[in-house]
Amino acid sequence: MDTLVAQLQRQLRDYTISLYHQGFLDDQFTELKKLQDECSPDFVAEVVSLFFEDCEKLISNMARALDQTGNVDFKLVGSSVHQLKGSSSSVGAKRVKGLCITFKECCDSQNFGGCVRCLQQVDIEYKSLKAKLQDLFNLEQQIVQAGGRIPQVDI
Amino acid sequence: MAVRDLSSSSSSPELHVLAVDDSFVDRKVIERLLRISSCKVTTVESGTRALQYLGLDGDKGSSGLKDLKVNLIVTDYSMPGLTGYELLKKIKESSAFREIPVVIMSSENIQPRIQHRCMTEGAEDFLLKPVKLADVKRLKELIMRSGQAEEGKTKNPCTKRILQDDIDSSPSSSSSSSSSSSSSSSSSSSSSSSYHDDVSSLDDDTPSSKRMKLESRVHD
Repeated sequence: MDTLVAQLQRQLRDYTISLYHQGFLDDQFTELKKLQDECSPDFVAEVVSLFFEDCEKLISNMARALDQTGNVDFKLVGSSVHQLKGSSSSVGAKRVKGLCITFKECCDSQNFGGCVRCLQQVDIEYKSLKAKLQDLFNLEQQIVQAGGRIPQVDI
Repeated sequence: MAVRDLSSSSSSPELHVLAVDDSFVDRKVIERLLRISSCKVTTVESGTRALQYLGLDGDKGSSGLKDLKVNLIVTDYSMPGLTGYELLKKIKESSAFREIPVVIMSSENIQPRIQHRCMTEGAEDFLLKPVKLADVKRLKELIMRSGQAEEGKTKNPCTKRILQDDIDSSPSSSSSSSSSSSSSSSSSSSSSSSYHDDVSSLDDDTPSSKRMKLESRVHD
């Protein structure tokens, strides 16, 4: 009979692997995990939290710029997209990063409709990732509370 | 004034790294990468702030910064205001800090000619973002090696330029700190056999270096 800890650990493993396989996360996320230890046990959670704050701020900037009907500053939108692409790349947010690449192309070609669509997708995507990572961190917390160790998941 | 003060430390001196990046997320990551690699880290959010920190912003109130020891500067390339390239230039133009290695970080869409321009301007290396632990470890090793070359003497060709500058600017200096090479039998040996061995391993023939050879330093 599986202990609670063993069950939770298996759940965590499966969930983590699925996030990678579905393209939500890439190996930069794994790199971030390497930087977490007993001295900095919440490092990954802190960094992704900063990232999601960044998403909110940048998406808001982009929305405001795209809202200037007839006078859209595509360079400004593009510069925000560039920043978002950078930070998503730094945390391993693979899907968000991919969307930013498409988004940047729309900015460069001043494709208004394309930009609006990309903005909507990026908004949905970062929120989706945020929810999934929250689930992941919750699982980790449950393991620790049940007296277990967070397993290292090899992708 | 820039000091790479590795001679006063024990086996693994702590490097002080100044990291420059306008992204909050990237600053947090690079800071952690460096801390976990046993470096002391100062992060700033712009090239202008970096210059202020180094006392290079034209403000004459920088006398207190003579004790500032920065061993490495890592900067993002594309930043608003002063770019990483412009920061690099300012650092290399300053007599106080031009010996400090500067590493540029950039995302993949940096054009080769820009990379080339940075290297020509004196950048030590180029790091592709996102930066990984292995990158920082490699960088640290590189800096430690060239730092030791300034104190001691090695025949590492990459450090030859630093070596030459060091010799040319201080012909009578003869630091007696020994290199930490594993082949060092003794740092104060004055027996002729080891002296000759040492001489044969040196490939530098400037008058100053000849004088230094007489100090019977031990080399790789």
